[in-house]
This record gives sequence, structure tokens and C-alpha cells, in this order.
Amino acid sequence: MQSMAKSFQTPTKTNSVSCGKWDSVSLRENVSPVQLKKKTPKAKTPGRATDRFITDRSAMDFNVANLMLTKENSSMDVISPSRDEYKKQLAESLLNNNGQKQSRILAFKSKPPPPPEGLLNNNRTLYSQNVGAAQFKPKKMFRHIPQAPERTLDAPDMVDDYYLNLMDWSSSNVLAIALGMTVYLWDATTSSIEELVTVDEEGPITSVSWAPDGQYLAVGLNNSTVQLWDSTSLRQLRTLRGHSARVGALAWNGPTLATGGRDNAILNHDVRIRDHVIGSMEAHEQEVCGLKWSPSGQQLASGGNDNILHIWDASAASSASASPLHSLDEHQAAVKALAWCPFQSNLLASGGGTADRCIKFWNTHTGACVNSIDTHSQVCALQWSKHEKEILSSHGFSQNQLCLWKYPSMVKMTELSGHTSRVLHLAQSPDGYTVASAAGDETLRFWNVFGTPETKEVNISHRTKKVGSALTSLTRIR
Amino acid sequence: MASKQPTRDVITLKGSAAIVSEFLCYSVNSILFQRGVYPADEFGRVKKYGMTLLMCQQERVKAFIDTITQQIATWLETGTLQRVVMVIASMSTKEVLERWNFNIENDNEVIEKGVTREKSDKDIMTEIQAIMRQIAASVTFLPNIEEACTFDLLAYTSVDSEVPAEWAESDARLIHNPQVVKLRSIDTMVHQVEAMVAYKFTEEL
Repeated sequence: MQSMAKSFQTPTKTNSVSCGKWDSVSLRENVSPVQLKKKTPKAKTPGRATDRFITDRSAMDFNVANLMLTKENSSMDVISPSRDEYKKQLAESLLNNNGQKQSRILAFKSKPPPPPEGLLNNNRTLYSQNVGAAQFKPKKMFRHIPQAPERTLDAPDMVDDYYLNLMDWSSSNVLAIALGMTVYLWDATTSSIEELVTVDEEGPITSVSWAPDGQYLAVGLNNSTVQLWDSTSLRQLRTLRGHSARVGALAWNGPTLATGGRDNAILNHDVRIRDHVIGSMEAHEQEVCGLKWSPSGQQLASGGNDNILHIWDASAASSASASPLHSLDEHQAAVKALAWCPFQSNLLASGGGTADRCIKFWNTHTGACVNSIDTHSQVCALQWSKHEKEILSSHGFSQNQLCLWKYPSMVKMTELSGHTSRVLHLAQSPDGYTVASAAGDETLRFWNVFGTPETKEVNISHRTKKVGSALTSLTRIR
Repeated sequence: MASKQPTRDVITLKGSAAIVSEFLCYSVNSILFQRGVYPADEFGRVKKYGMTLLMCQQERVKAFIDTITQQIATWLETGTLQRVVMVIASMSTKEVLERWNFNIENDNEVIEKGVTREKSDKDIMTEIQAIMRQIAASVTFLPNIEEACTFDLLAYTSVDSEVPAEWAESDARLIHNPQVVKLRSIDTMVHQVEAMVAYKFTEEL
């Protein structure tokens, strides 16, 4: 109606009264706040006003209205991930405020050559100080000696007796080990295990020793006999009798076998003939635990529980009552570990037991002790390296380690730990690079301690280079 | 340096690139020697920067470092090189043991407009000497490297630079939980090189 239209468009006094009910509409028309406040809920509807709101489409702004009504529900907040990404990229390229951080990391495709095999980083020896004999492990610069065994084998029931010699490695690369009543043969080339013999009332096996040809094995027993076995046919050939107590030490010299026993006697046998005992050497006053022929076969070294080291001449081996060339009593404990030097004739290394703990070097021509070093631990076995001037010793309490020494300086090159009980026996492979160690913890571990065929070449080249090199003086200045 | 540069105090972009890339070459060789990556007898002495430095004489290593040095020089001339990192990693475990970081700041004005700067050769040489001595002295605090290791060089370039054929993208080869020691820096007025070394923190034995 006319009045309504008027009230709609023009804010007049009548407007405010007449449109009391339609506040929302009137508010849009800039009604003065004073006038609005005057309105009361009880304002009477003016006579001209009606209850209905009649729209005037021409006066309305539909676009704005729609916006106002629907803006809360619009989906503007939900942006798809691709849109997001696009926005980010746009921002980056336009704003470019991250240019600093973005860089490409490049590496040359072909890599530099690796350092030579077996290089031992010598910084440690140059820069570290000697903290203490027990903790310091110096490593010589020549080759890397792996600190972990190459292989570990189980050796259950191995008798934990210091005076026995239960392991030997043949020239045909077979390792013989006596575990309790049984002798096992481990072929190093095929890693196969074979049981050679199981004895019963002859008692536990007390020693094993391969003949130089690698086929025959001498087995010393607790009942004082020595059995001779053929390892290829796995048959016993003969039994050697003569001792009156267990036979703990054996040593071959060609066709002759020297045996030492708890009866303090050393018997020499020629295994080819019927009356095999060809000589007897009695000088020890307690059990004979170490027995080794020199590489030349001219001398026999024997060590006993009486702390004496006897050196016998080969001629004594064929006589009935011989006396030793030298009787060396400088050790303070049982002498079990004996090893003849492969590169220097008449040099013998011997190791003492718990009370002695020394490795002593002897000139067996003159009987003089040329060197003695204290190893702080019971010496159970010794092995010289065939390739380098080094000697390996195995120990008992407390570290049960193997120590590699440089000869003649007797600098400790490395210590190999792993065994949890005293390392009683050592045997060297025929190629001279691997050493097997058997310990009271019933394990057999193989260590590549004497190098590998490749490092031998490196060492030779290293040594020739280092002679007279000016750089060696430079590396010492630190 | 004295033999190659004219004894003027003017530093051009090319000259600065040559100085810095040469410095990087010598410092990489020094680090190889000090950390014992290659055996000591493979290094020969040369006189440089007024001191005796050791350079690796092994052919392949030399060729490797020389190629990279040339590429670094090219990048420096275009101002796209941001840093050079030398990574020393264990050969067996491939774990990164040390990271020698050389941050490079380029003076863009010189690169774009080709102006020259002035700085005396002697000053630059003194700065380089200082860093070389620091690298040698760093053995006092860097942990001993017990095993055989190999090295690698990474270059951080800007994204828009062209990647030459012999280079491939690599990851940063960062050290987890590193100890970082900041070394000195050299400044040729065109490029500024800051050196630092990050090494794996090892417990005291």
C-alpha cells in the first residue's frame, strides 16, 4: 500500500512508529538510533500498517542479499591439495624469499680410489699415549690383523688340563683335536668333520700329533700307551708301549716319535720297526708336558712340570741313557709352551706357567738366555710366524688372550681376545697364515693372525719403500 | 699462489676463483694426509703458501681431485657454488665419520658487473696459511680413525645452475649428532670461504 511503500523508503517519524514490528527492514534504512530506542514492545500497530511484508524487488539488491545469507555456508575453506600446491608454488616463484635455502647437492659421479687393502690407520700409534700395559693395544703399521676370529667351532668335552697337548694341524691341512675320549679330524679345505677313534677304558686322550707327512697320527692315552692311526683309511696301525703313566707330549722327527709322560721319562720310538723303543731320556723329575724337535731335527727341547727346560742332542735319542746338552732352570713354573724359530736356527722360545708368566728365548748352541719378557699371564702355547718375524703366544688368567709379538723387539703387535677360559692349545695351518686356538671354554677359534697371502706382498713393498724414506721422519714428528 | 698470480693487489673474478679452488685442492690433500685416508708414503711434499704441504701422488687420486678443482673454479666464476663438503666415510660401514665443510659466499657485484677488488696477496696468503695450520692441528681434537676409510667431495650449487655431465645429485651425507668445530675463513673480497669440521661424537674409550 502506499503508506507501506512510503514507510519502506523514507525514514520518517511515522516510519519508526508504524513499522515497529519490522525492525530488520527499518534498520536497513538508516533509522536514527534515538528513534529506535523509543520503540517499545507494546507499540501499537498503526492502523495504516499491515502485518505482511510485501517485497519490492526493484529495491532489493539480490546479489548482496545472497552473499549475506550464504556466506557462512560457502565452501571457501575447503581447498583441494592440488590447489594448495599450486598456491605454494606460485608464492615461491613470485615471492622468492626461499632462494637462499634451495641448493642442489652434487657429487662427482666417479669416486676416488679406495685406500690399499689392509691399510692400517696409523694415527692411533702416533697420537695416543701409553695408558697402561693392560689397556694399550698398539698396532704396527704393516698390516691389519682382524680382531675377530675367522671361524669358531664347538669343542665340547675338551679336557681342561694344562699338561696335555690335544690339538695338532697336519701338513695335509687336517686339524686333529681330542675331545674327551674321541679324536676328531676337521678338514680345513672342506670344513668336514670326521671321527677318527673313540677310546673307552684307555682313558681320555692326552695328546695328539701328526707325523710330518700328514697321514699318520699319533694318539697318546691316559693308560700310558700311544696309538698310531692312519687318517686316510681311519685304521689303527699299531700301539706303542713303554711308558708307565699317561703320555702328555709327543714330537715327531721324521720316522721317529719322541713321547713324554707323567712317568718323567722321554722315550724315542722308531715306528717302522718292531722293537720301536730306540732311546730313553730321563732327566725330568716331574711330568713332561712340552716336547718339540728343532726344524733341523738336530735337537729336542723338553719342558716339564719341574720347571726345567732340557735341550737334548739328536744322538741322545738313540741311546739308552743320555744326558741333556743343556738343563735350563730359569723358569719359575712348568714349561709347556715350546717353539723353535723357523728363520733363526738354534733359537728356541719357551713359555712358563702361572708362577712364571715369562717368554724366554734361548740360544740352544750355547744354552744362553737371550731374552726374557714378562707377559703377566700364564703362557700356554707359542707359535712362530713362518712369514714374518713374529711370535704368537696364548695365555690364561685373566684375559685368556693371544698376543702377537714382533721379534726381536718383542713389541706387542696385537692382542686377540674372545676366549673365556685359558687358551691351552695353538696349532698353525700348513700355509702359515691361520692359527687355531683351543681353550677350556670348549671352543676352537681360527685367527688370521699371520696375515694373508696378499698382505705378504704389501709388506714387502712397504718395507722396501720405508727404508731411507724422508717421510718416515715426518710422520714421527707429532 | 705467488707464482701464479701477478703481484698486483687487484683481484679479479677469475683470479679469485683460481685462488679459492687451489686452496680447496691443497686443503683436501692435507686432510687426506692428516686423517690417514691414504698411506703416508703416497704423499709428496710441495712448497705452497710459504709452507710445506703434502699432496697425494697416487695417479687416480690426483686426477680425481684435479678434475673436481677445475669444476669448482668454473662454478666460482659464475657464482653458483655455495659450499664444498669433503666427506670421510668408513669403507666397511659406509658411515660418515667426518665432514669438512667449506661455505662459500660470493660477492655478486663482482660476478655480475666484473669489477675488481683490491686485497694484498700477502694477506690472503696469511689467511690460507692459518687455515692449513688449523687443519693440521685439528688432529688434536678429532677422534682417531681406526678403520680404512674413503673420501668424497660434494658441491652445493644453486638450483638454477647447469649440472655438468660427470656430476650427479647426492644426499647431504650428514652426520647424526655431530660435534662441529668452526675454523678460520679466507676472504679474497670476491669469494669468502669459511671452514668448519663436523665429526661424529664418540664416547671416550
